[in-house]
Amino acid sequence: MDLTRFQAMSQAVIDGDREAAAALAREALSRGFDAQAAVENGFIPGLQKVGSLWESGEYFLPELLAAAEAMKAAMAVLRPALEAGREAALSLGKVVLGTIEGDIHDIGKNLVGALLSANGFEVVDLGADVKIDRFISAAEETGASIIGLSALLTTTMLGQKRLVEELHSRGIRGKFKVLVGGAPVTQKWADDIGADGYGENALAAVRAAKALTGRE
Amino acid sequence: MTAAVRPKVELLSPGLIDRILQEAWLILEREGVLFENAEARALFRDAGASVDEAGQRVRIGRRLVEACLSRTPESVTLYDRTGEESFRVGGDDVHFDPGSAGTRVVDHRTGRERPPVSEDLVTLARLADALPNFHFQSTGLVASDVPPVLGDSWRVYLALLYSAKPIVTGTFRVEGFGPMRDMLAAARGGPEELRRKPLAIFDACPSPPLKWSHLTSQSLIDSARAGIPSELISMGMTGASSPATIAGTLVQHVVENLAGLVLCQLAAPGAPVIFGGSPSSFDMRKGTTPMGAIETMMIDMAYAQIGKALHLPTHAYMALSDAKTPDAQAGYESGIGAVLAALAGINVVSGPGMLNYESAVSFEKLVIDDEICGMSYRLLEGITPREDPLAEHLFREFKPETQFLTLPHTRKWYRIEHRQSPLPDRDTYDAWVAAGAKDLPERASERVREILEGTPARRPEAGLADELRRIIVDDARRSGVASLPL
Repeated sequence: MDLTRFQAMSQAVIDGDREAAAALAREALSRGFDAQAAVENGFIPGLQKVGSLWESGEYFLPELLAAAEAMKAAMAVLRPALEAGREAALSLGKVVLGTIEGDIHDIGKNLVGALLSANGFEVVDLGADVKIDRFISAAEETGASIIGLSALLTTTMLGQKRLVEELHSRGIRGKFKVLVGGAPVTQKWADDIGADGYGENALAAVRAAKALTGRE
Repeated sequence: MTAAVRPKVELLSPGLIDRILQEAWLILEREGVLFENAEARALFRDAGASVDEAGQRVRIGRRLVEACLSRTPESVTLYDRTGEESFRVGGDDVHFDPGSAGTRVVDHRTGRERPPVSEDLVTLARLADALPNFHFQSTGLVASDVPPVLGDSWRVYLALLYSAKPIVTGTFRVEGFGPMRDMLAAARGGPEELRRKPLAIFDACPSPPLKWSHLTSQSLIDSARAGIPSELISMGMTGASSPATIAGTLVQHVVENLAGLVLCQLAAPGAPVIFGGSPSSFDMRKGTTPMGAIETMMIDMAYAQIGKALHLPTHAYMALSDAKTPDAQAGYESGIGAVLAALAGINVVSGPGMLNYESAVSFEKLVIDDEICGMSYRLLEGITPREDPLAEHLFREFKPETQFLTLPHTRKWYRIEHRQSPLPDRDTYDAWVAAGAKDLPERASERVREILEGTPARRPEAGLADELRRIIVDDARRSGVASLPL
């Protein structure tokens, strides 16, 4: 694969162009190019560039999310072609994410999900109004390492505590890291309920998730 | 003598209002709105709307919406707890009330937020009662020392106990409604009296885009049937949960609010409904919802103008700020918001006292905002030609040494024309230094103390207080709450 093709892949992510990213990924496979090289030399550098455009204040959330979507579209094409071991190495881990039962606020949760995927996590988004039991079964089924719970209301915030208690009572607390966030949630609350991490905002949630997986 | 011209600002041309409404009719009819609540869907079905039960989607034709609009009162009159003082919510009348509901209170001593306790709710009610420019109080804080299961009724209980002003409130739980209604009815002397003389407004927020949750639909139904005014609080966030453009967000706002209005009218024809909102310009860097952004205020002013065009009472969350302490940002955002809300003629303006995206309340800011609201009311009074001639007679036999300070004309008019404002600093520099060089939050905190120490709460008479106590204790028992903090 030549340099211009890698650059085109990067550019597709930088432009947040889902169609172009998927098309370039398909083209690479159909021509028998190495999927691994496409990811590492093509798409990931694009994501890194997006990160620096964000840091420098040029990119805002819409560009960031569009880039995450483009990355996801490319990965969906390339993932089956990646060697199993290599795929795992590219992923920072699986996160089961949702807004707690009784709470329909999902903007914050969606931002966290998009930024986690953009940063290399595999996100299983359960949506809003999710029962405690569903978080746990989804985490067990998918082999996730992190359960992320969002809550905007002081009433539903208590669900975060209940989840931690439920993990304890089932004797599987050690299997998952619990990441909490949402408007009424504070570091103190996270500490009080024995959560493993707290994200004050979406970017902080990504930092916390990276810290939990030891990939900072 | 002629009356003053009432200052007014409108952002939308009639043509643009019409375009927004045309698109709203289309969306209501074609895409419809999601209603999670089965009773709500049944009401729509019975009224002939197209209901997709599996998808929970309700498509509402323009004719039904217009029929419901024609049944909705143009104005609502709220009465205070005594039933004596009344406030018309309609026309271009403006009423400010503290914003709600904060889950934090900003502690003046530390300058940091902390969880509110019941004593803070009492303080808020007492300040709202004493500060003259708030026509209503609000259940503006969530007490952390009672379990959430009792939160709704506990907030109304303390509001009724420590202030006589009408209450802006709402439910966080479906079960919260019953005891809240019972307390309001008790204060009024019965459910029919409450219907005749509403004492509270219940806020209900759709979930953008185009959805009414189970809880909020139920609040609309329950309030409509009890004759309690519902405030429809559509809250799109531009580019996140509603279109990025202001005009686009207005289309969604109208769709969501009208769907809620139709539900109210189907639950109880003639139910009082207020066309409100809490939209925001979404911050694309921080992912936050700045209430103090000028675009947020523009959306507020514009949907209120549309509400007026539909002959509805209006509401907005304005006169609040995203600052974390009562600082300069808090001042300018709240000041600009209050003045614009007043100039837009928005009937209920909720926001004073609030910081940090509607999440925190500062008592000092509440005092400062009361002053801002007072200025706004004064602005609305406009300039009245008080005498005829206006001034020419004062200059007859004019001498260079004429002193206006000593003229009877001055004593006659200066108090009427000019507000007396003790809060802002109007000292000379030396006098300010001599008085301790205090900044505004410091002076506001002294005012908070003065009110709490010097102005007794307007408590209900003993019989009502006992009845309210009985209702809250019953609710606590039913909810499994063993003890109450107050």
